[in-house]
Amino acid sequence: MQKATIQLETLTCPSCMQKIEKAVKALEGVDKESVEVLFNSSKVKLNFDDEKLSIEKIENAITAMGYEIKKSQVKAL
Amino acid sequence: MQRFILSKKNHIALISAILIIIAFTGELGFKNTNIFTWSLISASLLGIAPIAIQAYQALKVKVVSIDVLVTIAVGGAFLIKNYEEAAIVTFLFLFGAFLEQRTLNKTRSAIKELTEMAPESALKQMENGEFEEVEVDEVDVGDILLVKTGAKVPVDGTVLTGEGYVNEASITGEPVPASKKKGSKVFAGTILENGTIQIVADRVGEDTTFGKIIELVEEAQDSKSKTERFIDRFSKYYTPAVLVFAFLVWLISRDIELAITILVLGCPGALVIGVPVSNVAGIGNGARNGVLLKGSEVIHAFSKVDTIAFDKTGTLTIGNPKVADTEFYTNNPAEVLSYLASVENESDHPLAKAIVEYIGDTKLYPVENTDVVKGGGIVARVDGHWFAVGNVTLMKQENIRLDEKALEDIARFEQKGNSLVLTAVDGELKALMGIRDQIRPGVKEDLQKLKRLGVKNLIVLSGDNQGTVDLVARELGLTEARGNMLPENKAAYIAELQAKGQIVAFIGDGVNDSPSLALADIGIAMGSGTDVAIETSDIVLMNSDFSRLPHALGLTKATAGNMRQNILIAVGVVVILLASVFLSEWMNMSIGMLAHEASILVVILNGMRLLRYKLR
Repeated sequence: MQKATIQLETLTCPSCMQKIEKAVKALEGVDKESVEVLFNSSKVKLNFDDEKLSIEKIENAITAMGYEIKKSQVKAL
Repeated sequence: MQRFILSKKNHIALISAILIIIAFTGELGFKNTNIFTWSLISASLLGIAPIAIQAYQALKVKVVSIDVLVTIAVGGAFLIKNYEEAAIVTFLFLFGAFLEQRTLNKTRSAIKELTEMAPESALKQMENGEFEEVEVDEVDVGDILLVKTGAKVPVDGTVLTGEGYVNEASITGEPVPASKKKGSKVFAGTILENGTIQIVADRVGEDTTFGKIIELVEEAQDSKSKTERFIDRFSKYYTPAVLVFAFLVWLISRDIELAITILVLGCPGALVIGVPVSNVAGIGNGARNGVLLKGSEVIHAFSKVDTIAFDKTGTLTIGNPKVADTEFYTNNPAEVLSYLASVENESDHPLAKAIVEYIGDTKLYPVENTDVVKGGGIVARVDGHWFAVGNVTLMKQENIRLDEKALEDIARFEQKGNSLVLTAVDGELKALMGIRDQIRPGVKEDLQKLKRLGVKNLIVLSGDNQGTVDLVARELGLTEARGNMLPENKAAYIAELQAKGQIVAFIGDGVNDSPSLALADIGIAMGSGTDVAIETSDIVLMNSDFSRLPHALGLTKATAGNMRQNILIAVGVVVILLASVFLSEWMNMSIGMLAHEASILVVILNGMRLLRYKLR
């Protein structure tokens, strides 16, 4: 399992959170319980299985929703 | 293409504003309906593009977002050829989003200032001995780093060589630079004001004190209270419900105009955004003023506090006690003092430090079989002698006889507000010391402020003898004083108060009082950069500054109030709008969107007031 912290562009609409949350949770290999979209700090935190999924795929899912990614960090759990 | 359109949202808003102006001047000035209609059609088509893209993206992941409602509403307006409303609604929606972004950034600015103080690069010693600039993430524990004048200390570490003055305001809030030389500890995020030092990294990244503070504040601003989680769940179903409701209205009345108006009016924007905005502004104000609040649950709890229990030493008092009175029961005080210094040298208890300081330089003996009696003192062997130092309870436990003279002295010392330290060698009492601590300046006024803010009970809980504690309580005007309390007694007493239905805050130094800090509804730590305090408590007062406590209480009350106002504004606006659709003639989509966007701005601006909050 890996823990990813993804810094997004500033989030302004609360419905963004729902969208990002659903998009990320839909990915195979994401620990659904761990997904957190932080509105004020504009960050996404989640744990994922690096055998099934890569950070690039997670980033793509978020950019496909129309949100820019500033920086992402992955750490082994 | 989609990304391009979304990134130009603000330009689109501007262009559609110009088109709308052209349309109306065309109609009013030149009576030209062609210009009017075509300008408005282009304005709406242009304006709806980014909204529709967002709506499509949301639907793809099965979310009915505000964008979906607005897109359908504008589509409906096109259907009934009401281009005027379509253009104005899309413009207002985009312009509102622009203003929201601007103002939201303001409310978040206080916390951003804090996170931007994080060090980014470091000069690390490479294998060839040269220092090279690297990203702070690449520094590992044990690396040797060079810090030059004016640079930020990149990690928590220990000075290897060099000297300098470090401004530690970001960690402790203390504005006076601290002197650092070989062996001194330095902290990430502090600034070397002069000199050059080499340090070895002890803790890096998120493990540093500064990293922990940032993580705490970042998590706090997004932590959710029960009310918020309820609102979140509510809004998940609310938006689809508005969609269904509007559809039903259309089915029954066959009135498209009415149905799309409901779609626009039902947008839940202000409700979802109101509470997080108050939260981030309140926590941001705290961070600026040396008060770390761990989230909105803490804000709610502390704003309703009934009772504040204080630890005495280091909280109400400076925590730097000094030996004030002494009495010896021996012909050879020098020997007793030497034994005493030998034993106390090994302890970091504040009273032990005071004694070591008082005795000064003396001959030291080897100490064996040290046994620390919790809440009592120390028993050990020194230079072949049985030795005990501690309070009266310890002496009784060890069956040391206290004669009449000693008992009289004890009573006299206690009355003066001393903590008592008794020393016995080979089963006989040899020395009595009275140690006193000074009350922090300004504490009395701060406690008055707390009372004015509505705190009913102010209680001091202390391990000291009752006499000392009573004296402090009387001097400060506390409502209750409890002495001779062990850490577990304090926790039990707090549980007792809670059983009576009181909301209890406990404030202490965070090291030996962690049970009480954890048990109290709100644990407040006097933190001077100690991470134990930061972790176990709900609120941290930076730099152990007691005077920040009234600000903390006032701020949480203001923040909790602000959240309530925002919920009221948001719900009120939706209710009034929906009611007026059915009850009034003048309500339409544009007015609805205007009111909706205005209410979002009002809650953000209302939240922003918290950034300027000051206790009067």
